[in-house]
Amino acid sequence: MTNPNNATITTVHSAEFTSGHALSIPTLRLLKDDGTLYQGAKEPELDKATALKMYDTMVFIRVLDERMLAAQRQGRISFYMQCLGEEAAVVGSAAALDDKDMIMAQYREQGALRYRGFSLEQFMNQLFSNEKDLGKGRQMPVHYGSKDIYYMTVSSPLGTQIPQASGYAYAQRLRGLKNVTLCYFGEGAASEGDFHAGLNMAAVHKAPALFFCRNNGYAISTPANEQFVGDGIACRGVGYGIKTMRVDGADILAVYQATKMAREQALAGNEPILLESMAYRLAAHSSSDDPSGYRSKEEEELWRKNDPISRFRLWLINKGWLDDAADTEQTSALRQEILDALKVAEKVAKPGIEHMITDVYAEPTVQLQQQLKELKAHIKKYPDAYPVTAGRID
Amino acid sequence: MAKMNLLQAINNALDLAMEKDDSVVCFGEDVGHFGGVFRATSKLQEKYGRDRCFNTPLTEQGIAGFANGMAAQGMKPVAEIQFADYIFPAFDQIVNETAKFRYRSGNEFNVGGLVFRTPYGGGIAGGHYHSQSPEAYFAHTPGLQVVVPRDPYQAKGLLLAAINSPDPVIFFEPKRLYRAAVGEVPEEYYELPIGKAEVVQQGSDLTLLAWGAQMEIVQKAADMAQEKDGISCEVIDLRSILPWDIETVANSVLKTGRLVINHEAPLTGGFAGEIAATIQKECFLHLESPIERICGLDAPYPLALEKEYVADHLKTYEAIVRSMNF
Repeated sequence: MTNPNNATITTVHSAEFTSGHALSIPTLRLLKDDGTLYQGAKEPELDKATALKMYDTMVFIRVLDERMLAAQRQGRISFYMQCLGEEAAVVGSAAALDDKDMIMAQYREQGALRYRGFSLEQFMNQLFSNEKDLGKGRQMPVHYGSKDIYYMTVSSPLGTQIPQASGYAYAQRLRGLKNVTLCYFGEGAASEGDFHAGLNMAAVHKAPALFFCRNNGYAISTPANEQFVGDGIACRGVGYGIKTMRVDGADILAVYQATKMAREQALAGNEPILLESMAYRLAAHSSSDDPSGYRSKEEEELWRKNDPISRFRLWLINKGWLDDAADTEQTSALRQEILDALKVAEKVAKPGIEHMITDVYAEPTVQLQQQLKELKAHIKKYPDAYPVTAGRID
Repeated sequence: MAKMNLLQAINNALDLAMEKDDSVVCFGEDVGHFGGVFRATSKLQEKYGRDRCFNTPLTEQGIAGFANGMAAQGMKPVAEIQFADYIFPAFDQIVNETAKFRYRSGNEFNVGGLVFRTPYGGGIAGGHYHSQSPEAYFAHTPGLQVVVPRDPYQAKGLLLAAINSPDPVIFFEPKRLYRAAVGEVPEEYYELPIGKAEVVQQGSDLTLLAWGAQMEIVQKAADMAQEKDGISCEVIDLRSILPWDIETVANSVLKTGRLVINHEAPLTGGFAGEIAATIQKECFLHLESPIERICGLDAPYPLALEKEYVADHLKTYEAIVRSMNF
């Protein structure tokens, strides 16, 4: 510590502000739109199997999103959120982790979940809130989670996972684990108090957390230029004394390399890292949103050309790792597979009535047991009004 | 008169308030050009400019604190919290600041004119983070006023009264009814009284009390009890949770001798408990049966089992019959 204020004091003798834009953080980009590398760019160490797994995951999410948005439009599920345009940011970062690193996501990171091995059936069971859903049909669609694959169950309130990630990572360090916690959030959520609290606590307490901000330009309708005035989110990491990198979120090689480096540094230095990924939320915020009320088709078309999947695909083809025709065939088979899984999951029963009171506490309270008893008696009296559960009450 | 849904009535109230008084300012997440995720502030930015209707960064504690500051300066901020489920980061600003501004300063400063508008309640397949009814948390806070309208006419009159009130108001809007509730609404400015309940149906056998979106549920139960059993329910809309109209409710129970209270929020710690305690004191010798509470279960609001969880008309009807047969 240089002084009691824990700040550098360099004395000057004429009054002058430091500009609010004094810091300008560059964006790491390795891959050009045509799938070749920039001059001087060095591709990360990436074996063929891993690269193809990353690619397959991106394609899986793209197809799943298309299919499930359609299912929402048909009234088969109540809600959906797409990852469109940000698949590289999510999959590239997840791929750079160890399988036992914790992931605390916001709600648009289904690619990370898939990369970890969440099955198509598991996706469908959650989306249809059926009795096989790990979350017991309690949360809206896309609020996934699985302890087995180190993926914390998603919570709708924004930014709440950020200080939790600091605490989780701190606990990982105290336990002597060589693992980090990757925390995803959007540039909008970074306005919440929890963001500031979480980053500062991670820095002060030396928690190996990777804060991964998906700056996708919009928080529902609010563009980033109405969200903050400073240079993106990255500059705030520097403000908290956190090593920071900004990366092109549509360039999966850049995201992979940045996250890999961040993970190594977090563990080696017992410290948090902030990564800011720059991509564009090409889809609506959610199935409840209509972007035509706040942005133009022209703007969207401009960004559609920046497709993260096609860029990576060209790189894989250039490498000779991907066969164009076989890939197209595989994608169409995937479409059918997803449709088949959807049809199965939507026929699975909803969770039983007892799950109204389980998990509120480790054991239901006396009051809850009484309330369930009364509810069952009521349902038996009016079975037609409660068709989901009436036939299954003992 | 014009036909409006609840959202249009709120939009109309905000429009009139902004037109009438330059110090009224609307803001919140997505409230500006887009007009809010439910479109309650539609066209207000176009009409009154970006200084008076604007998007805020995504920070409820920031929104609430900002509103406190503006109101302390003398303006009338109408701040939207996008969902009542997301009001909790603002809890400190509301409970420790908004509610106590006047009191702690010895009336040197106050935040009268401040209104927090927020959609609450279930029935929209929203699961536990888009369905909660948190009115009881705020009802436990002296200094706040808590208001819940049941239909477009009420929404406009109560919101205008809230903006014009010398004390801050949390205005819970029943989002299930935003587009579903349609009614005749006067186009001109009018206010409805805060702190006053309304008897919406006279009756003699039993008093049925609710607020907000539950009013149509209890009305359905009252109709069912009348049809099936000839039971005459007096139906009351509490309208204001804090302060609440003890006199109107007590007078009704003195007449009927029976009370059934219905709310969406969980039973334990819900506002029905407060009402029941007060009414048993005020009406003790006139009560013919125990006061019944039909509420959500003491569990978070579910998704797949929403129908089973809610305080619906059938559960309310059963309570009416139980109360009559006690």
